[in-house]
Amino acid sequence: MHLPGLKLDLKGLPAPIPLSRGMVDAADWSAAALAVAECGGRLVALWGSDRRQGETGNFVISAAYAMQDGMIWLDLPLTGAQSGYPDISGIFSFAGRMQRATADLLGIHAENAADTRPWLNHGAWPVEHFPLRREVNGAACFDGRSLKDYPFVRVEGDGVHEIAVGPVHAGIIEPGHFRFSVVGEKVLRLEERLGYKHKGIEKRFEQLPASEGHRLAGRVSGDSTVAYAWAYCMALESAWNLQIPARASWLRALMLERERVANHLGDLGALGNDAAFSFGLAQFMCLKEDWLRLNKELFGHRFMMDKIIPGGVDVPLDAPLDAPGLARLVAQCELVEREVHQLRSIYDNHAGLQDRFITTGRVVPELAKQLGLTGFAARASGISHDLRVDFPISPYRELGVKAAFHRSGDVAARAKVRFEEILESLRLIRRMASGLPDGEQRVNPDKEMPAGFGAGRIEGWRGEIFVALEIGASDQGEQGNRILRCHCHDPSWQNWPVLEYAVIGNIVPDFPLINKSFNLSYSGPDL
Amino acid sequence: MWKILRQIARNGIRTEPAPQADPDFQSETQRIHQDILDILGQALTIREVDAGSCNGCELEIHAVNNPYYNLEGFGIKFVASPRHADMLLVTGPVSRNMAMALKRTYDAMPAPKLVVAIGDCGRDGGIFGESYACLGGVAKVIPVDLTIPGCPPEPIEILKGILTAVRYGQKKSPR
Repeated sequence: MHLPGLKLDLKGLPAPIPLSRGMVDAADWSAAALAVAECGGRLVALWGSDRRQGETGNFVISAAYAMQDGMIWLDLPLTGAQSGYPDISGIFSFAGRMQRATADLLGIHAENAADTRPWLNHGAWPVEHFPLRREVNGAACFDGRSLKDYPFVRVEGDGVHEIAVGPVHAGIIEPGHFRFSVVGEKVLRLEERLGYKHKGIEKRFEQLPASEGHRLAGRVSGDSTVAYAWAYCMALESAWNLQIPARASWLRALMLERERVANHLGDLGALGNDAAFSFGLAQFMCLKEDWLRLNKELFGHRFMMDKIIPGGVDVPLDAPLDAPGLARLVAQCELVEREVHQLRSIYDNHAGLQDRFITTGRVVPELAKQLGLTGFAARASGISHDLRVDFPISPYRELGVKAAFHRSGDVAARAKVRFEEILESLRLIRRMASGLPDGEQRVNPDKEMPAGFGAGRIEGWRGEIFVALEIGASDQGEQGNRILRCHCHDPSWQNWPVLEYAVIGNIVPDFPLINKSFNLSYSGPDL
Repeated sequence: MWKILRQIARNGIRTEPAPQADPDFQSETQRIHQDILDILGQALTIREVDAGSCNGCELEIHAVNNPYYNLEGFGIKFVASPRHADMLLVTGPVSRNMAMALKRTYDAMPAPKLVVAIGDCGRDGGIFGESYACLGGVAKVIPVDLTIPGCPPEPIEILKGILTAVRYGQKKSPR
């Protein structure tokens, strides 16, 4: 793997998806970002780490780029008293919020960045307190502090007024603040303020042994618990060069597809409801409930939390996940497929629903590309990335995946993609259940595994989940290896800023519908 | 339209009998239902606040509203404003960035207020614990009447907890 025009010393990591890691200096940091953009690559994640050790070591800013032939992970060590690094938000606009979050957590800044407002620090802890620094005790608390006002961008003009929504919303959804500038009922501008759910997850990782990290990763965003746990375990297994049994990766993929179907079913129902078609909600929620109940019966948990563990899976080796259990999975897929076809035909032929869906919340392919839209939403806007297709690991390699693809980029297109992804996942689940390899489904890592770096990438239902992991040496004791740094990246980082564009020119009452058509995670990027 | 009607007819009524997790629960449900009517007049209205959860608990609170559990059949409804709410259902852990919003939501409710904390994180911060960013359980910010543990608690547990809180609240507030 290489970048045109740059001499980088990249070293491959033993990961199922090709990945190379290397160091750059400040000049190459920007040049690399530019080279990636020019050859059609994408920025996946940007994060900072504290690798100081007494007098040696540095703060490091890291970026992960998705390229045609794999991923490049670049580290830029900040030498001496330097606390800044070149801003790349001019090249990848969505990097801005990641840079601001890094500044809040680590005290290292993107130099000359246009927007330097705090992102995660709402005033709940002092500005000079950088929680991810080594010397900071994770237990440090600051009580009785009041939160600060946030300088939203104001829109001036005749008849322009603001609507402030959140952080507590009207429905049962996660907290965040939306500031609409509107004329009449038309949205001129939306500005999001997130970070309300910041729970200090990245600091918490540093207090956990590596063998426990999958549990916390599985709670970064509960609706994607399988994807996060898998990405974490993939990162750990890559750091330890651990090969998992074939049966384990098949079962992981089976659970990942079940998670995808569950979320798409729920959201398709909610999309109907947001367009005043409560019939859709009732029908889809019944399907989802049946789906989750079978998860509970066969895997032991409705969302399959903590079922993916380092080295394999923690699900029953025989009953209830034996031949009759797998046959039930297949039968359920057939039933759900019939129902989904039926409901799709009802959705497609419902004039009132389609009137709300078509042309609403439109992100045209050019804009999607420019803003770095990702995941299933990108597949509705003419961008065909899907890790299951681009870098198929087992069992996707054996089964083959047909990615959904639409270009109109509106709510209707995102609903279409969801319908198609449900049907494709049902097909995959049937194949996985009938072709599940026999044998072990877990290898036990040794008590003392090597220190090192690892990364995991999984196509979750919302988009690409990426985990970058740095494992310390084993303490030879009960705890085993510690986590030095774990960064979990949610695709919502990329897609939240796109939502701000998607609503421009739409009417305020269509916002819930547009928002739901993306259904982005708050908890995931708030960390 | 006929397709919609056919689909509705084909699926029929999915609502299940009241929770059976506890053998005594069936007969108790009716008594609790009567309690709701006695204490609150016509119905119970709930305002949900996510104070920092991973969103797993929200998925299950959504599920409580599906036809299988038929929450509205009990006269229980989720409302958009705390000013219309008898009960606050809070998922946690409470992030420090959400503490003020949670307190203000609680303050906006009319008395008597019932507070139910959902999940292991709502109980004590769960896996996230207490830190510079996280206060821990809901009780750190507002008084809690009942906690429903679980990660996340299943819909039936949430339903049971809501009904139990109504009874417990009745004991607590003199009428």
